[in-house]
Amino acid sequence: MAFYFVQFLTGLASAASLFLVASGLSIIFGVTRIVNFAHGAFYMLGAYVAFSLTERLSGPLGFWGGIVVAALAVAVIGVLVEIVLLRRIYHAPELFQLLGTFGLTLMVEDLVVLIWGPDDLVGRRAPGFKGAVDFFGQNIPSYDLFLIALGPIVLGALWLLFQRTRWGILVRAATQDRDMVAALGVNQKWLFTSVFAVGVFLAALGGALQIPRDAVHHAMDLRIIVEVFVVVVIGGLGSILGAFVAAVLVSELNAFGILIFPTISLILVFLVMAVVLVVRPWGLFGRKEAPARRTPGLTVIPWRPLSSVERLASLVALAFAAMLPFVAGNYALTVGSEIAIFVIFAASLHFLMAVGGLASFGHAAYFGLGAYGVAFLAKMAGLPMIACLLLGPLLGAAGAAVFGAFAVQLSGVYFAMLTLAFAQIVWSIAFQWVAVTGGDNGILGLWPEKWAASPSHFYWLALGVSAFVVSVLRLITFSPFGYALRGMRDSPLRSESIGINGKRIQWTAFIIAGTTAGIGGALFAYLKGSVFPDNMGISLSVDALVMVLLGGVETVPGAIFGAIVYKALNIWLVSQTDWSKLVLGIFIVLIVVVFPKGIVGVVESIMHRRRAVAPKAAALSAKMEGAQ
Amino acid sequence: MKLSVSNLNSHYGPAHILFDIGLEVGEGEVVALLGRNGAGKSTTFRSIVGLVALREGQILFEGKDISTAPTHEIVRSGLGYVPEERRIFTDLTVEENLEVGRQKPRPGAPQWTREKLYKLFPNLGEMKNRPGGRMSGGEQQMLTIARTLMGNPSLVLLDEPSEGLSPKIVEQMVDAILTMKKEGVSLVVSEQNLHFAKLISDRAYIIERGRICFAGTMAELDARPDIRDAHLSI
Repeated sequence: MAFYFVQFLTGLASAASLFLVASGLSIIFGVTRIVNFAHGAFYMLGAYVAFSLTERLSGPLGFWGGIVVAALAVAVIGVLVEIVLLRRIYHAPELFQLLGTFGLTLMVEDLVVLIWGPDDLVGRRAPGFKGAVDFFGQNIPSYDLFLIALGPIVLGALWLLFQRTRWGILVRAATQDRDMVAALGVNQKWLFTSVFAVGVFLAALGGALQIPRDAVHHAMDLRIIVEVFVVVVIGGLGSILGAFVAAVLVSELNAFGILIFPTISLILVFLVMAVVLVVRPWGLFGRKEAPARRTPGLTVIPWRPLSSVERLASLVALAFAAMLPFVAGNYALTVGSEIAIFVIFAASLHFLMAVGGLASFGHAAYFGLGAYGVAFLAKMAGLPMIACLLLGPLLGAAGAAVFGAFAVQLSGVYFAMLTLAFAQIVWSIAFQWVAVTGGDNGILGLWPEKWAASPSHFYWLALGVSAFVVSVLRLITFSPFGYALRGMRDSPLRSESIGINGKRIQWTAFIIAGTTAGIGGALFAYLKGSVFPDNMGISLSVDALVMVLLGGVETVPGAIFGAIVYKALNIWLVSQTDWSKLVLGIFIVLIVVVFPKGIVGVVESIMHRRRAVAPKAAALSAKMEGAQ
Repeated sequence: MKLSVSNLNSHYGPAHILFDIGLEVGEGEVVALLGRNGAGKSTTFRSIVGLVALREGQILFEGKDISTAPTHEIVRSGLGYVPEERRIFTDLTVEENLEVGRQKPRPGAPQWTREKLYKLFPNLGEMKNRPGGRMSGGEQQMLTIARTLMGNPSLVLLDEPSEGLSPKIVEQMVDAILTMKKEGVSLVVSEQNLHFAKLISDRAYIIERGRICFAGTMAELDARPDIRDAHLSI
């Protein structure tokens, strides 16, 4: 009994940091409507800066002072980020904001390695809380008791801040109606900046307080951000009390999940989240959101099927691509195969997010499931390659059917956060369930059969499948199903009022996208000869997002060009620098701020403007873009 | 001149809404902006306070050009705005709603305090701690006016204050507007209700399809029943 009680207290202690970070995220979202992906990075920075400060400063004052100063210093960094980056993207579609702050996260991950090195750092113990308290023969670290007390204290302090100060009242007013607050003479800019500073302070404090408990390392940002997303989805985005209750709930589920399902403990959290979403899609303490802004929010040039000339041009381009084996060596062919596979992957995400308006942040899950599907079939069932390639993607389809059923109940940022959490759960199953998946070691020795073994044959296979998949997705886009899907994207209410079963259409689209991603993953498994948990990791999901955005989210062929350019650039970059995340992060931020229409989008609007009906209309649309 | 608008053109996206609007408000004057639903009354107000991004033309407030200033600066310089939809902060109490509107006292403009506003709108004084979402339409209308007055404006744009209110509340609204005028606040009141407008205003503009089609005193408007019948639904 005592053991379970101690386990319960450990859960409560973990909840404190989680609550700090989640409440910061919630406060920032409430006012600015930005889901700050970089919140995990600020948490991590808080831990690193606190580590350095507490190493240098001595005594209890040095320690506690160091913790607070670290959180303040990171808050100042947050203010700079807000002024330099976020102010430029407040009016961008939410996907761009999520992606821009993700680019920031990538930069921070490399920067902390540059500054503090790649090794885990073990911080000082907290003065006054070094020992443990004995509880019926079980030890409870006294620092845990301190954290348990801290959670409710911070909750109370935040409550006072928001109920009793003018700043708090303005923030609550702005959470409901920002424009009206401005129309009463409040400078939104500085209100946003101060809110962001408070949110970042809380995240950094959460990180700084972890140093006596856990080692500081450069991957702690992603771990916490996934948990925080789960917390705010359960508790309700924008609710501080919700963040507290959900943080306790998730931490307890983690603490006891380890006892019940030691290998797949995240399943329990997932189940609870699923139940909450079914009963209250906006979270336990959240409020039903007004319909989210459409994901593509810039000027859309109407889509049309290819003309016969364009169709011919595509065939010629494909024929040229098919000639590659006659001129290029094996390395170039392997790169070519990889690019063809990523065209499939990007096209499947593009279908979901541009045609369906559902921006998934965890699309790699289905890519990876396809790869693992192939690995299971080939290694355990010993099926031939053709059968594996045909059946393997079905694992991606199955995953998409299960997760999609929950995810399409939501939209906008909630959808993005949920898909990310699902992907992370799939990843952790692959990572933790060593008996079946081989864990971190993956499943090796997965080579294509003789007919596809040579680089040129495999390249033709990948190219052929890629062309086939892209054509099918295009056909679907311009089919009645595609029209219904786009109708749901543009106006859910109107679509449903003319008899379209919206959720069912979106669910079907999710499964189509998951299956095609699985096809890409299946080919990828054979290309690499192995599968690893990273095949379904966050960074792969984000790669796909960047490809789609780089190509142009509002164009039909954008994903193809985005995948080719990005993948080629990425392969080249990794061979050139050790700091590819830093460069990639800067690249993503630049796309979001300077280049939000992508390559194809820019080309199309230039061509469109040339054909423009009247010069006056073009001038007006240029002005509108300027105003946005 | 308190407020002088000339050649104001506004767009929502590709749609051109206002065409060369011109209007003027003298010191301490109450001016009515009359017109049917969708004529452009609210867009005119929203353009003046900078809530419409695409606006061109000259807007002078107390001699200062505010046509490119951000909304909060315009409001802080003493130009208050009461939106048609009221836009009460439903989670905030009456007191908190007033707090959001509070600005420093401004020389040359009448000063308002909570106590003074509770005298002007006695209903509000009885529900200081009630959340805005649990108030009747009339009470919300009083609160939204009181909230704007907390900023001590010298001119208020009041968008359809009588809309959807019971006759008894409309009477209170007339009293409140006349009190504001007596205190020295200049007002532009948009209205569809000619009767209401007559009770409060010195002059009137009529707006139709985004263009001003009549400007004159209330007496001049009375003398032209043809204009009244053509542009206002009665």
